[in-house]
Amino acid sequence: MKRSTLFPWILIFLGFLYFFLPLIGTLDFSLRLVKDQITLEAYKNVLTSARFQNTFTYSFVMALWTILAGTLLITPTAYWVHLKLPHLRPLIEFVTLLTYVVPAIILVFGIIRVYSRPPLSILESELGADFLLVMGYVAMSLPAMYRSVDTGLRAMDVRTLTEAAQSLGAGWRTILAAVIFPNLRIALLSGAFITFAMVIGEFTIATFLARPAFGPYMANLGQTRPYESTALTIISLSLTWACIGVMQFLGRGTQGQIQVTR
Amino acid sequence: MKATMQTTQTLSAVSPPRARNISFAWLGVVPFFIFAILFLILPSATLLIGSVQDRQGNLTLGNFAGMFQGVTLKFVAAPSEASLLGVTFPLPFTVDFQSNSIVSAYILSMQVGIITALTGGIFGFLLAYAAVLGGLPKFVRSALLTFSGVASYFSGVPLAFAFVATLGRLGFITVLLRNYFDFDLYMTGFSVISLLGLILTYTYFQFPLMVLVITPALDGLKREWREASENLGASGAEYWRYVAFPIILPSLLGTMILLFGNSFGAVATAYALTGGNFQLATILIFRQIRGEVLQDPGLGYAVAVGMIIVMALSLALYYWLQRRSERWLRR
Repeated sequence: MKRSTLFPWILIFLGFLYFFLPLIGTLDFSLRLVKDQITLEAYKNVLTSARFQNTFTYSFVMALWTILAGTLLITPTAYWVHLKLPHLRPLIEFVTLLTYVVPAIILVFGIIRVYSRPPLSILESELGADFLLVMGYVAMSLPAMYRSVDTGLRAMDVRTLTEAAQSLGAGWRTILAAVIFPNLRIALLSGAFITFAMVIGEFTIATFLARPAFGPYMANLGQTRPYESTALTIISLSLTWACIGVMQFLGRGTQGQIQVTR
Repeated sequence: MKATMQTTQTLSAVSPPRARNISFAWLGVVPFFIFAILFLILPSATLLIGSVQDRQGNLTLGNFAGMFQGVTLKFVAAPSEASLLGVTFPLPFTVDFQSNSIVSAYILSMQVGIITALTGGIFGFLLAYAAVLGGLPKFVRSALLTFSGVASYFSGVPLAFAFVATLGRLGFITVLLRNYFDFDLYMTGFSVISLLGLILTYTYFQFPLMVLVITPALDGLKREWREASENLGASGAEYWRYVAFPIILPSLLGTMILLFGNSFGAVATAYALTGGNFQLATILIFRQIRGEVLQDPGLGYAVAVGMIIVMALSLALYYWLQRRSERWLRR
């Protein structure tokens, strides 16, 4: 029974339009700083601006801290739950779900309230605010990171590897550093890229912790400099998508997307 | 899941008992839970506590009552008209609804959430259907999945800018239509900074999520089911109506609920698109934190807790549907 493929083709074409028109529109707009002329002037303005360089560097560094903190927090936990405490899995899931139930705007609202008054008033200092930003980002990227590590752990034989290392006389630190981490390289890398993509242009948390980050800078620029801000959109988009692309390439066949449950 | 747990138990029973390791095993997850308590549970709990306290710190439900202050809803038995997204339709009764800024913000957020869950959900489903079951070449499917994976991360401030650059007054499509088709989009009353504009923008990150979730579900529809129903004399429409659709309906609805939450909690896109002038619940909280609205802090906490409650309820519904869909689509 051969059915017509006309209707499916029309649908795919519509999807194609929806996907590409805003991208083409943005690209086109970003090249029109000078009237009746295609120019890269907007990109030049953005890339040479000191505020762009500062905020981007700041967000980049914060993203790296987030990835480091997230990896160090989540890998041992996921490993340990996998090996010794499988009955804690529902509790971990509950924590993961909290990040869905508490959107970023609510989370930062709570963080401000807790950490701006005694006994935990660390928001006043620059370092404290940076720390809170990174912790907020770790919380935000926690489901993606945990899922990525968990998938990686499922793909290898954690128990055998651990026991083999143990019988060769390795301690827990050696096992984690020399056996588990190297085997999780791909999973951790893909988690890192996805975290980077989520964090680099983040707006809400950075705004309310008053951090000089890239997201708030972008939003600010949008109100005064339309051409520069679309150029910035193209730049940040290419960067994010490069990350996602690398991640998809690394995690071929293993990614279960937005499965809140596991 | 059950099987893994059993193996673990048997293994630990066989290996020589090492009481020290076993009794202190929980220490290994302490850092994670300390993190969760400090940066997820404590902030949410503080909002919750703040929402049930008055200014003097006494326990009260007054903040939640305050959210509904001045809100009345009456039905009058007289025909009238209602309009949604510019479409007007008759109603057999008149609704006399007096709202306040908080309830209006919630209603708007829910409207946007429901509409974008539907538009994104239906469009995403149709795309996945076309790619999986439409008889198209294989590359369409993998291209669609790749694009969806990428597009679902296109949100926040850049997405808003992209839509302004495309559908704004000087946007790509607006100019294109004016120059080549002599059609002025903005003469029709359209604006990218409107409910419709916001819906179009949100749909951009909503439909790819639906594609990503529903594609495996469509893959899970077994060929035998179709053949069996055809052997029993069912038409294609009947197969969809009685077999395939009921099977994927729970995961379709479940995903739409996730999409709803996705839109309900979003703030950056709406803020960048409208400069904070569009009164969604998240924007209300945004302005409350900045100290621009609602003089009463307790009321602000109540608004935030209300959002947590909506999110939690939608998640509970999602879980319930998820359990139902697993019955048939187990891999």
